[in-house]
This record gives sequence, C-alpha cells and structure tokens, in this order.
Amino acid sequence: MIGLSHYLVLGALLFALGMAGIFLNRKNAIVLLMSIELILLAVNFNFIGFSTFMGDLAGQVFVFFILTVAAAESAIGLAIMVALFRNRNSIDVADLDTMKG
Amino acid sequence: MITQAIFYFFAVVLIFAATMVITARNPVHAAMYLVLAFFNSAALWIMAGAEFLGIVLVLVYVGAVMVLFLFVVMMLDINLEKLREGFIRHLYIGVPIAAVMVVQMLLVVGSGIMDPATLPSGDLPIPEDAANTALLGSVLYTVYVYPFELAAVILLVAIIAAIMLTLRRREGTKHQDPGRQVKVRKEDRVRTVDLPRNQQSGSR
Repeated sequence: MIGLSHYLVLGALLFALGMAGIFLNRKNAIVLLMSIELILLAVNFNFIGFSTFMGDLAGQVFVFFILTVAAAESAIGLAIMVALFRNRNSIDVADLDTMKG
Repeated sequence: MITQAIFYFFAVVLIFAATMVITARNPVHAAMYLVLAFFNSAALWIMAGAEFLGIVLVLVYVGAVMVLFLFVVMMLDINLEKLREGFIRHLYIGVPIAAVMVVQMLLVVGSGIMDPATLPSGDLPIPEDAANTALLGSVLYTVYVYPFELAAVILLVAIIAAIMLTLRRREGTKHQDPGRQVKVRKEDRVRTVDLPRNQQSGSR
C-alpha cells in the first residue's frame, strides 16, 4: 500500500536532485532555473502527500499558490536571462560581477 | 499491488528524468526531461487524489512554462562547451551535499513522527465522495479569497516586469509613433502656395 512516507521520500529525492543541480550547473543560469523548478516540485509533493493522508484540503490550496508564484518567478527569471544575454552575451552566473558582490 | 507497481514505475521515471535534467549536456534536452518529470509528477498527484492539480501541472507547466523555457533556450545562442567547464569539479561538492540532505530527510521520515494517524487533523477535511475540483473551487473563492486575489496581483506584476525587462528601443528602426501621429497639426504638414493667375497653360 502506498503511504505518506512514499511521497515524502520521493519529495526528498527530488529536492536533493534539484539542490545538486544548482551546484553542478553553476555556469548555466537556465539550468539553474530548471533546478529551482525541481525543488518547488519536491515541495509540492510534500504538500500533496500530507494533504491526502491527513485528509486536509489546505495543502492542495497551497500547492495551487506555489504553482502561481513559481510560474511568475520563472517568467521574470527568463526575462532577466534575455536582458542579461543582450548586455553581456553570456548566461554564465560568474560573469555577473558588475556589483562586486 | 497494481497501485504500488504503477507508483514505483512513475517514481522511477520521475527520478531518472530529474537526474537527466541536471546532467544533460544540452539545455534543450534538459528542458525536455523536465517536461517528462512534470508529466510523471502529474500522474503521481492524480494517484494521490489531487486530480485538479495534476491537470493544472500539465496545462500550466508543460503547456506554458516549459514552452517559455524552450523558447528562451533556443533564442539565446549559447556556447555549450563553455557552460560545461567545472562540471566535474562541482560534482564533488554537489553530490555529497545532496546525499547528506537525502539521508537527513530519510532519518526524519523514517523516525515515525510523520505517521498520519498521530498528526493533528486540519481545518478543511476532505469529504469521502466529492469531486476534487469542486472542493478546491468552493474553498478557493471563500476561505482563501484574499490569497487568491494576491496571486492574481503577483501574476500581473510578473507580466509587467517581464515586458519591461525585455522591452528595448533601438535606434534606426522605422517604427510608428502613434502619439506623434495623432498630435500632428495641419500647419505642420500642409503648405499653401500662391500661384500667379495669368500664367499660360503648357508654356514653360
């Protein structure tokens, strides 16, 4: 029988893969955005798992809002990529050193 | 038994697709594997009883967000070789950290404090025989109406921000300026010339 822990473990694995993707693809900002999508997907897995197995609808409403915010975030992120590529001709995160951070 | 087999099938494909997203050499392939990951997630969510969110994941993510990703990846002329520099070096940092995080989360999940029977019940119980979409709709427009309108504002801000970030005025393009077109007066364009009346027609 599929239990809550199945969904939690799957969410943990997805989260770790997204985290590793952020470390691995330091050069490619577009794959960084994709890794963030994976992390948000993992969070949504946890919300849906708890919502189902606790019988509480609030978790699914939260997933709805997370999806909304994630869509807005990726749209703005990709717009920043396009503006960045026009100005620097590169999407390497290491090239973003104008502010000397 | 068959439910378990289907769950594990989708889960394995999901983990494989997520692994390929972060290791694919070509960003287009990474985007395609992310589409596969979203499809499998949608199937798993539908198995968990969240049918509406599964459909929304396919419609919004696969239909809109991933198309946006692919559009940007294909529009930018990226040097693929340069992007792969340091991949192996970062592998030795990223994989141990990810492994440690998985072990820690498995310890929490395996410790038994996540047993649904012991968790407190929520404020919005799900009735046994009710459509998932209707339930979400009935909650979304009553209990969560202010967050719902905030989400709409966030989307509006995202639209304006994305347009303003990518808008640019280039010199030398022959675009119309409707404001100047409307503002023009007759005196700016039309000039009346008095011609002498006694001029012979045809004579040069």
